[in-house]
Amino acid sequence: MSQTAPTDPASTPAGLRHRAEAHASAFPALLAQAEHLAATVLLGDHGRKRAGMGDEFWQYRPTGHGDGLRDVDWRRSARSDATFVRQKEWQAAQSVMLWVDDAMSMSFSGGKDRPTKGHRARVIAMALCVLLNKGGERFGLANRGTPPRRGEGQLGRIAGHLMNAQGEADYGTPNARVLPAGSRAVFISDFLGDPKEVEMALTSATDRGVRGALVQVLDPDEEAFPFDGRTVFESMSGAIKFETLKANSLRDAYLDRLKQRKARLQDLARKTGWRYMCHHTNDPAAKSLMWLYQSLERGAA
Amino acid sequence: MIANLAFTTPLLLIALAVLPILWWLLRAVPPAPIKRRFPGIALLLGLNDDESQTDTTPWWLLLLRMLAVAAFIIGFAGPILNPEEDRAGSGPLLIAMDGSWASSRDWSGRISRVEDLLAEAGREGRPAAVVVLSEPTSGELRFQSADAVAATLAGVQPRAWEPNAATLTDWYGRLGSTDFETIWFSDGLDRATRTDTLAAFDAKGEVTIIETARPIYALTPAVFKDGRISVTALRSPTSAAHELTLLAMGPDPNGVEQVLATATAEFTIGADRAEVQLDLPSELRNRVNRFEIQGTRSAGAVTLTDDALKRREVGLLSGRDDQEAQDLLSPLYYLNKALVPTADLIEGVLQDMLLASPDVLMLADVATVSGAERDALLDWVDEGGMLVRFAGPRTASADIERNDPLMPVRLRAGGRSVGGAMSWGEPKALRAFTRDSPFFGLTIPEDVQVSSQVVAEPDPELAERTIASLVDGTPLVTRKSLGDGQIILFHVTSNAEWSTLPLSGLFVQMLERLAISTRPAEIAAEDLIGTTWVPEETLDAFGVVRDAGNLAGIAGETVAETPIGADLPPGLYAGEDRRLAMNVLPSDAELSPSTWPAGVTVEGILVAEETPLMGALLSAALALLLADILASLALSGKLRGATAAAVVLVAVTSMPEMSNAQDDARALQATSDVVLAYVKTGDPKLDRVSEEGLRGLSVSLFRRTSIEPADPLEVDLETDELSFYPLLYWPITESQPTPSSQAYSKLNRYLRTGGMILFDTRDGNIGGFGTSTPLGRKLQALAAPLDIPALEPIPQDHVLTRTFYLLQDFPGRFSSRDIWVEAAPADAEAAEGLPFRDLNDGVTPVLIGGNDWAAAWARDERGNPRYPVGRGFGGERQRELAIRFGVNVVMHVLTGNYKSDQVHVPALLERLGN
Repeated sequence: MSQTAPTDPASTPAGLRHRAEAHASAFPALLAQAEHLAATVLLGDHGRKRAGMGDEFWQYRPTGHGDGLRDVDWRRSARSDATFVRQKEWQAAQSVMLWVDDAMSMSFSGGKDRPTKGHRARVIAMALCVLLNKGGERFGLANRGTPPRRGEGQLGRIAGHLMNAQGEADYGTPNARVLPAGSRAVFISDFLGDPKEVEMALTSATDRGVRGALVQVLDPDEEAFPFDGRTVFESMSGAIKFETLKANSLRDAYLDRLKQRKARLQDLARKTGWRYMCHHTNDPAAKSLMWLYQSLERGAA
Repeated sequence: MIANLAFTTPLLLIALAVLPILWWLLRAVPPAPIKRRFPGIALLLGLNDDESQTDTTPWWLLLLRMLAVAAFIIGFAGPILNPEEDRAGSGPLLIAMDGSWASSRDWSGRISRVEDLLAEAGREGRPAAVVVLSEPTSGELRFQSADAVAATLAGVQPRAWEPNAATLTDWYGRLGSTDFETIWFSDGLDRATRTDTLAAFDAKGEVTIIETARPIYALTPAVFKDGRISVTALRSPTSAAHELTLLAMGPDPNGVEQVLATATAEFTIGADRAEVQLDLPSELRNRVNRFEIQGTRSAGAVTLTDDALKRREVGLLSGRDDQEAQDLLSPLYYLNKALVPTADLIEGVLQDMLLASPDVLMLADVATVSGAERDALLDWVDEGGMLVRFAGPRTASADIERNDPLMPVRLRAGGRSVGGAMSWGEPKALRAFTRDSPFFGLTIPEDVQVSSQVVAEPDPELAERTIASLVDGTPLVTRKSLGDGQIILFHVTSNAEWSTLPLSGLFVQMLERLAISTRPAEIAAEDLIGTTWVPEETLDAFGVVRDAGNLAGIAGETVAETPIGADLPPGLYAGEDRRLAMNVLPSDAELSPSTWPAGVTVEGILVAEETPLMGALLSAALALLLADILASLALSGKLRGATAAAVVLVAVTSMPEMSNAQDDARALQATSDVVLAYVKTGDPKLDRVSEEGLRGLSVSLFRRTSIEPADPLEVDLETDELSFYPLLYWPITESQPTPSSQAYSKLNRYLRTGGMILFDTRDGNIGGFGTSTPLGRKLQALAAPLDIPALEPIPQDHVLTRTFYLLQDFPGRFSSRDIWVEAAPADAEAAEGLPFRDLNDGVTPVLIGGNDWAAAWARDERGNPRYPVGRGFGGERQRELAIRFGVNVVMHVLTGNYKSDQVHVPALLERLGN
């Protein structure tokens, strides 16, 4: 598998080569991980389990009112007195746009044995892409605004984007303008930033008929707040600072606020017809992937 | 305490001044915060700490740190408790020691202190001299080089008496002209000479007094009071309640010196004396020759007894009473009256009395005795008996043969009557006693008159045999020796019929002089005039009775007047007819602690050892710091269970090891399996035999039975816990030390709670556990304090004969049949048709034998027998039986009387072939 390093005019050829090698070395790992994860979801053809446009035979049904002669399957009809229409299974290709938060906050991990939130988000996103690719869907990355496509090439491109993306901001904001109307979308983030931005993005996406899922990726430390004593908290970029003398006394207030944040996201998702789930980095990714895949399917129904 | 504290580097203590600065510094610094990157910060923004926290350290934490730092500083300054003082001094050094009996108890301690002092004086080049005040050297006080004096220290011994005023006054004059420093080892008792001696030393220079505050115990002479022996123990200084064990020592019937009786003297709080009353049978009492305080090596703690304590057994026999007895006319009335308070009287038939072997036999007007009686009497006198006869009408009228051996003199028939109604003479008075007479010195009351007497035939020996006579020279009392004994004849009656002598006090005194009755403890001075007393035994300062050897006799006047001292060493003195004990303390003695005028330096004998406190202080500082860590963690909210546990663990492991892990390991080893144990005798060879023996037995048990013992253990009775072991094998050696009383109480507890001791004298029981073999004696000595029930030789039906193997013999390396077990109850009887009696429950607490079982059981590393047993196949059979015995013993210990249950009878009968 090859990967073209993103051109960086400022870098020397040697630096370019070096970064390209570094990314290329990480990329197959990401893809391999994603494919490995995707293999856990058993998948036949990406059929819709209903009659429609497609290549595969679905069923014969008696001709009814409005069926054109062209639609009658004469071979089948010849074996009986009635005429039958041969229906194919509907095989509609969908466009799925993924937005993976690449802000600084995603590079946090509370324990050495746990991946960062960002890594977990990328793996889930990539695995979803692999699944979509197998299902024949089109998929794209909303971060870069690339149009949804299908095929191995698109997989490679997305993997390259995911590897290289590293935002400067503390918290990321989803970009809803690039979503094609009527497509599906998946936002993977910790949603710890300003909730208004998420709300805006979500409502504008819904306005354009986009539905999808929100995956909130959190570290267990963020859920438990296991800190005591005199502590200075810093955001990942170091831009925000907060000092407390007794961290453990803040725990309840923090947990309360986290709960509120989750409730707000859930509420938002319910109102807009999206689906919401919270994923913890110490849980296996397969569970979330399965849930995500099913919710996309169901959303399509 | 503080006075005895010194520092190796006191300059470091200056650092303590820095503490206030540290205080100020530490106060200002709050605990440093921790930086954390945390994306969830967005949710935290706007939250406030609910309680405001001080940013200074709490005062108690500061104090803790201050203490830690202070402990470090003081610790590194090297504090030392009881530092060795340098006794700087110059000029000659006199070491004066009281050297009385009261200092003998810790004499070795005193001498070692003297050695130290002399060594120090030697280093400083000071001449020195050592003097024992109880017997100061004659001649001028001479100072020699300290080394030379140290060489003579071995010869410096305490004396059994106290310093004597006269000798000391003499000695003060010989102190010489040079000034010197004096170190005076006092024995801690107050006495009259103290002030003078102190003044004499003070005049020469500085005086330091060294004395111990340990109580001094002493005994006053035993007296006989109200039928009991009374001994008073004294002590000084008085302190808390205390108990002393008094031992009455004397020969047993075999002539071996041993403890005849023990008594406990109980000092109540603050009392300086405790009286002990002993009620001993006269047999035993007459054998007591000294009392001593157990465990006190001092002449004062020993009091010798003399004849004063002995009660003579006196047999009384009068002629046939054919007249109706009237008390006052009875020939024995006055004798009875005179002797009852001081002697044990027996009356009865002559033959019976002789069987009781009395010391004295008094025949009142018994003229003739039968032939058999005469022979018996003669034998008895020959062996040391004293026959005292009184005359009377029958004696006077009897036809006594010319050479009656039971009469000291030949009597003229008829007697004579003087001063009666029918006579023309006056009643005769007594002539003063001559010097040769045992009555010499007794005052003759004027009203003693003799009106009738029997008269001796003139004889060449008559004058020699007369010990008292009337004014006209006719003998009143005659005496002759016969063999070891003597025969004495009073020529008057024992009642007031012929004379008034029995009515007077002189009669009692005469009986006393004849050693018929006991004499009072104190002898009047006039009684002693002209007598000579030869020392038989002397008492040294350590309370050891020694044979006096050929010390010269001492005049009675000296005995009467001189206090105990060099001229009259304490001991037992023999006079003509009695023995006199000169004891260290007179009966009216009192002990009082010495008092010293203010300004005199008084030190203890034992110099407290130097104790460096550095380690303790540094440990304390570390402990404080650990506490500080915990406190700081708790304060900053970082104290979790794991942290606390880790800190405490570090603290515990860094402490000096206080746990007795070794003991625990031993206990575990002893309790996780059945473990046989043997008593450590201190003889390495024997201990190895025991060890190998028990190991061999353990192996046999392992192979043959369901008992699977671990390796045997050695048990030190003094230190080890016994209750873990079902069986103790205790081989007896002559040399093994007698366990302490604590060890005995432990052993008794062990026996009472079901333990068993297998005693093995290893001598094949040739002595039958009497005292005839040294091992047997040692066994008796060792087992005496044990709480052992009545024993009997093992009966045929003892459960030990069938606990595992059916046995009738219990051989070891020897094959004596006799082993002793707890006696069966007297009412145990075999039921009809059963071979065994229904015996007592429980396990016999002791098993005593002498078959050297361990040697028979012993096996070497390869499992081969270690020691030969018997000869050939018979020997191997004997070894097999020995092992079977061992198996049976262990089974018996572990299963108790299980096999004595009648349930097993049918099976056993079958095996026995019935």
